Amino acid sequence: MTQQTLYDKLWERHVVDTLPGGESLLYIDRHLIHEVSSPQAFAALREKHRPVWRPGANMAVPDHAVPTRNRELGVPGIRDALARQQVRRLEDNCRDQRIPLIDLTDQRQGIVHVVGPEQGLTLPGVTLVCGDSHTSTHGALATLAMGIGTSEVAHVLATQTLRARKLKTLRVRFDGELDEGVTAKDLVLAMIGRLGTAGATGFAIEYAGDVVRRLSIEARMTLCNMSIEAGARAGLVAYDAVTEDYVRGRPGAPRDEQWTRAVDHWRHLVSDPEARFDREEVFDATILEPQVTWGTSPEMVVPVSGRVPDPAAALDEQDRANLARALDYMGLEPGQALEGLPIDRVFIGSCTNARIEDLRQVATLVRGRRLSPRLKQAIIVPGSGLVRLQAEREGLADIFECAGFEWRAAGCSMCLGMNDDRLAPGERCAATSNRNFEGRQGKGGRTHLMSPPMAAAAALTGVITDVRGL
Amino acid sequence: MQAFTRHSGVVIPLNRRNVDTDAIVPKQYLKKIDKQGFGAHLFDDERYLDPGDVDTPVQERRPNPDFVLNQVPWNQGSILLAQANFGCGSSREHAVWALQDFGIRVVIAPSFGEIFHNNCFNNGVLPVCLSQQDVDELFQLCREHPEQPLTVDLVGSRLQWGEREWPFEVDSARREALIAGLDDIGITLERAEKIQQYEARRRREEPWLF
Ligand code: SF4
Repeated sequence: MTQQTLYDKLWERHVVDTLPGGESLLYIDRHLIHEVSSPQAFAALREKHRPVWRPGANMAVPDHAVPTRNRELGVPGIRDALARQQVRRLEDNCRDQRIPLIDLTDQRQGIVHVVGPEQGLTLPGVTLVCGDSHTSTHGALATLAMGIGTSEVAHVLATQTLRARKLKTLRVRFDGELDEGVTAKDLVLAMIGRLGTAGATGFAIEYAGDVVRRLSIEARMTLCNMSIEAGARAGLVAYDAVTEDYVRGRPGAPRDEQWTRAVDHWRHLVSDPEARFDREEVFDATILEPQVTWGTSPEMVVPVSGRVPDPAAALDEQDRANLARALDYMGLEPGQALEGLPIDRVFIGSCTNARIEDLRQVATLVRGRRLSPRLKQAIIVPGSGLVRLQAEREGLADIFECAGFEWRAAGCSMCLGMNDDRLAPGERCAATSNRNFEGRQGKGGRTHLMSPPMAAAAALTGVITDVRGL
Repeated sequence: MQAFTRHSGVVIPLNRRNVDTDAIVPKQYLKKIDKQGFGAHLFDDERYLDPGDVDTPVQERRPNPDFVLNQVPWNQGSILLAQANFGCGSSREHAVWALQDFGIRVVIAPSFGEIFHNNCFNNGVLPVCLSQQDVDELFQLCREHPEQPLTVDLVGSRLQWGEREWPFEVDSARREALIAGLDDIGITLERAEKIQQYEARRRREEPWLF
C-alpha cells in the first residue's frame, strides 16, 4: 500500500465527491461558530430559505467582542450597543436553527479555539472548520482543522461540506531538547522567522520530531495555532498516547465500548514511516533562545538577545521600505537591542497562550513578587471560563492579583481589541497573542509577541527581559 | 454572487507586501451584522487622520492626504495593485466586502493570503496572480500614466493596457463560477444525495461522531 502522510489520510477519509474543475467536496464533521463571522452567513441562508444541514454538528460561542469584566450581567452587561446586538444575533440565530450555544453566562464560555478541544468537540480524525483563521489550533489533536470565510460558513451550515483543493504537505521537525524557559511559542516564532509570513502558503504543516512528541497537547496547540502566521491553513500533530490522555473523559468524547472502537481507529492517525512530504524543514531546538517580535509582522522576530535589523542592510528596495516602515511604526532605531526596551502594558491571553499550562508558567514566575511600577496595566485573560475556574482552584488567581495583574473573564480581549481592552497610540505591549500587525491591539499600539514566561518576565521588570536570567 | 467577465478601471498602486486584513478593515467595524457600508472603512486606519468607530460619521474625519485612496485619480479606482501576500492574516470576509463596497472589482498581486483569496471569489471580486516582474512593470506603468485604465478580461484570461498584454491563470472551477455568477451552495446541494450516503457510511463506521 502506498505510504500516506497524516494529512493525506484525513483528506481522503473526508472526500465526498470530486467536482468538475478538480476541487473536492470535503465533509465537515464539526463546525464552530462565533459572533463576528457568522451573522451574514445566517442571513444568506435565511434569504434563500435554506435550512441548516445538521444543527448538532455545530457549536457556537461568543468570544471576540465580549467584555472581560462584569460578566455576571450577561449580554445586557455589554456596554457597546453594537457588540451587544451582535452577541444577541448569535443567540437568536442559534435558537432559530437549533444550534447548540454556550452563552456568555455559561461557565464553559471562552475563546472558540480553547473551548472546542476542552469540550471534546475537537476529536482526532475529524474535519473541523470555523470562520476564524486560527482554527489551525485544533490540528494538535490530529484533526484536520481550517479557518474559512463567511461565505464558506454559510456553505458549511447549508451543506455540511466545504469545496476545497488538496494542500501540499510540509513537515517541520524540531529535534533536540528545549532549554529551560523556552516554549512551544518560541519554536513557532522561530519557524515563522525562517519561513516568512507567506512561507507555508498552500501547505498543511505537520509538526514532528522529538521535541513535539514530548510536548503536551496544550503546547502542541500553541504550535498549530500560529501555522496561519506562516501562511499555512492547517497545522497537524500525529496522534499518540498524549492525545489519547487528553481526549479521554471530555464531555464530547466517546465512552465505554465506543471509546475502545474510537481509539482503535485513531491509532492510524500518524504519517506512515515512508510517507513523502512535499517539503521538509528541520530545526535544532537545543540552540533556541526565547523569541520576541520587534516589528509589525510575526516574521519580524529575533532571539531575545538579538537586535532590531537595519534597513540599510536589506537586499532590495522593497525590503528596505518594509523594514523602515515597521521600525518607524514601532518607534525603534535600526540595530537597537530588544532587551531592556521599556513596555507599557502586558497582555497574557488569546487562543495561542491562555490555557491552564500557560497560566501555571506565569504563576511560577510571579509568585510572591510585584509587577514593575512602571507598567500602566497588566491583564491576564484566561482562554475559557473553565480555565479561569481551574486557575482559581489552584490558587493561581491569587498569585496574579497579589503580584498586580488584573484577573479577567474569558474572551479574545486585547488580542484584537474589539472590546474595551486596547492599546492607546504609541503604547508598547508585551503580548502572548499571535499578531503584531499595525493597529491590531489598538490604533497606533505597538505589540511585541512572546511566550507566557517572557511576558511574565517583562511584567516583573517593566522592560523586555530574558526570562532565563530572571 | 455577482458575475465577472470583463472590467476596465483605474489601477490603485499600493506598493507594499504582506498587507493584512486587519489593515484592510480594522476590528471596530467587524461589529456590524450586515455587509453594507464597509467601503467607507477600507484601510480606515491609514485613510483618516482622526480615529473612528462605527458610529463616527466619516465626513467628520479628516482624510489623510498622503494615502493613495484619497488621491485623484485613485479615489475613483476599481483595480487594486499590491505586492506579495496581499490579504494575509485574519479570515474576516469584511475585508472583501470593504473592497467591493468601495468599488474594487479586481486585486492584482504576486501572491495572496489563502483565505482572503477564497473570500474574493465567493464575492465576485477577482484576485489575479502575476509574476513579480509583471507586477513591478504595472506599478511603473500606472505611476507614469495614472489615468489610463487597465482592462481585465476573465473570459480571455488576460490584462490589457493599451498595446501591452499579460496573460494570467485562474483556477478553472473558480473561473467558471465567476463568469456565470454561480451560487455555490445551490450547486453543492445538487449533490445532496451523495452527502447523505457519505454521512450514512461514516455514521456506521464512526458512530461517536453523530
Ligand atoms: S484570541 Fe485572538 S487570534 Fe484567537 S480567535 Fe480570538 S481574536 Fe482570533
